[in-house]
Amino acid sequence: MSGEEKVVLHGMWASPYAKRVEIALKLKGIPYEYVEEDLLNGKSEALLKHNPVHQKVPVLVHNGKPVIESCIILEYIDETWKSSGHALFPQEDTYRRARVRFWADFIQRQLLEKFIVTITAVGEAREEAIKELRKNMELLEEGLRVNFFPEGIPQYHFDDQKNVRFLDITMCAFFGLHKAQSEFVRTTEIIDLQRTPLVFSWVESLKEVPVVKEVLPPHDEVVNLLRGFRQNAVGSSPQV
Amino acid sequence: MATAREPEEDEEEEVKLIKTWSSPYALRAVWALKLKGIPYESIDEDLTHKSDILLHHNPVHKKVPVLLHHGRSICESLVIIEYIEETWSQNPPRLLPQDPLQRAETRFWAKFVDDKALPAIWQAFSKEGKEQEQGLSETAEHLRLLEAELKKKKKRLFFGGEEIGIVDIALGWMVNLVPLFERILGVKILDEEHHPALLKWRQRMSDVDVVKENWPPRDKLVAKWTAIRERCVGKAAANE
Repeated sequence: MSGEEKVVLHGMWASPYAKRVEIALKLKGIPYEYVEEDLLNGKSEALLKHNPVHQKVPVLVHNGKPVIESCIILEYIDETWKSSGHALFPQEDTYRRARVRFWADFIQRQLLEKFIVTITAVGEAREEAIKELRKNMELLEEGLRVNFFPEGIPQYHFDDQKNVRFLDITMCAFFGLHKAQSEFVRTTEIIDLQRTPLVFSWVESLKEVPVVKEVLPPHDEVVNLLRGFRQNAVGSSPQV
Repeated sequence: MATAREPEEDEEEEVKLIKTWSSPYALRAVWALKLKGIPYESIDEDLTHKSDILLHHNPVHKKVPVLLHHGRSICESLVIIEYIEETWSQNPPRLLPQDPLQRAETRFWAKFVDDKALPAIWQAFSKEGKEQEQGLSETAEHLRLLEAELKKKKKRLFFGGEEIGIVDIALGWMVNLVPLFERILGVKILDEEHHPALLKWRQRMSDVDVVKENWPPRDKLVAKWTAIRERCVGKAAANE
C-alpha cells in the first residue's frame, strides 16, 4: 500500500453529498485532508480547477486527479481501495449491484430532490412535492423490505460497521437529519414511524453509527439553514 | 464424454427486454445487448395500456426499459447497461474503461447526459417563449462541454475511445432526434462552427451497425414528435 497517497476532499458542512463521501472514507479508514468550501462567498481555486463543469462539492482529489458526483465517488473509492476496510458495494452478485444502484438513484431523485422542492417551492407545487415525498417514502419502505431486509433489520445490525454500505450511506447522509427536515413539512413527518417503520428504524439505527454521528451536522444548525432557504423561497412569511 | 445439454424452453438464462418502439432509453438497452451479442426477446409495450408484466417488474416507475434476466428485473437504462457490462464481462466490447479514474469520468458524463443534457433539450422542445429560450441556452452550454470533452483526446473516434461505450450509448439519441427537433422547432442546435467534433461523432455513430440497424422508422418518429410538440404548445395555449 502506497504511503504517498494524497486524498483531499472538498466539501461543505451542510452538503449531504459531501457527507456521503466523508462517511465512506472514514468507514474504509482512508486518511484524507478536508477542505471546507464557502460556496456562496468564494469557492477555492482548487475547486474551480477540479470541477469546472459544475463548480460544486464534493470533489475528491486523489493524487491530484479529481472525481466528482457523490455516488460516482463512492464507487471510485470502493474500486480503488479494495483492501481498505470493507466493500461498500456487493462484489460478485451483479444483480444485487444493479438493485443497489437503482435504489440509490431512487433515494436521490424521488426523495432527496423532492424534499428540496418542498423547501424551495410554494403553494400547489409545494403541496404536490409533499404528497410525492410521502408516496415515495412508502415505495422505499416496500423496496427495502422486498430487496434488502425481508426479515426486518436485526437488532445491533449496524453495530458492526461492515454492515454500513453504499445504500445506507446514500440514505443516512441526508435523511439522518429527517427530524430537522420534518420541521419544514408542517403536517407530516418525513419518515413516519407508523407508515414507514422499516425506513424509520433503518435511518434511526444508522444515525447511531459512530462514524455517521461524527459526520452529520447538528440538528439545530440544519434547522437554521433550512429556515433560511425556506424564507428565501417565500419572502418574509414562512407560513405558506 | 457427456454431451452439452440442450437449452430448454423458458430456460432461466433467457433475457427479455420490455421496451417501446420509440423510447430512446430502451434503445440504449437494445444497443448494449446487441453490441455484446446477447440474444434476447423483445416485449413491446403500449404505454397507454401498460401490461401486467411491466407493472409487475417495474412497480416503482412503471417505465421502459426493463431488462429481465433469470426472471429478475433490472430498471433504469444506465443501471441496465452497467448490469450488462458486469454480467457478460467476457463479451466485447467494453462499455466502460477498467481504470477506476477513467470509469469515474465515464460515469460522470453518462450521468451528465441524463441529469443535464436531456432535461434541457426537453425543455427547449416542450416549452415556448422564455422557458424555451432557457432550454436552448442551457443546451448550447451542455453541447459546448460535450464538444470540449470529445476534443480532449486526439484520434478519439467516440466518447468511449476507438469503440462506442456507455457515454456514446447514452448520447445516441442525438444522432437522429436532434435533426428532427431542429426541423420541428425551426432552430439550429448543432452547427459546424461550434460543434465540428460532435457532428463528426454523430456521423460515425449513425454508421455503427447496431445503431443503423435498430433505429425506429423515421416517418413514425417524425409523426410522434410533431404530435408531442403540438400537444405541448396546445396545452400552453389552453392555459392562457
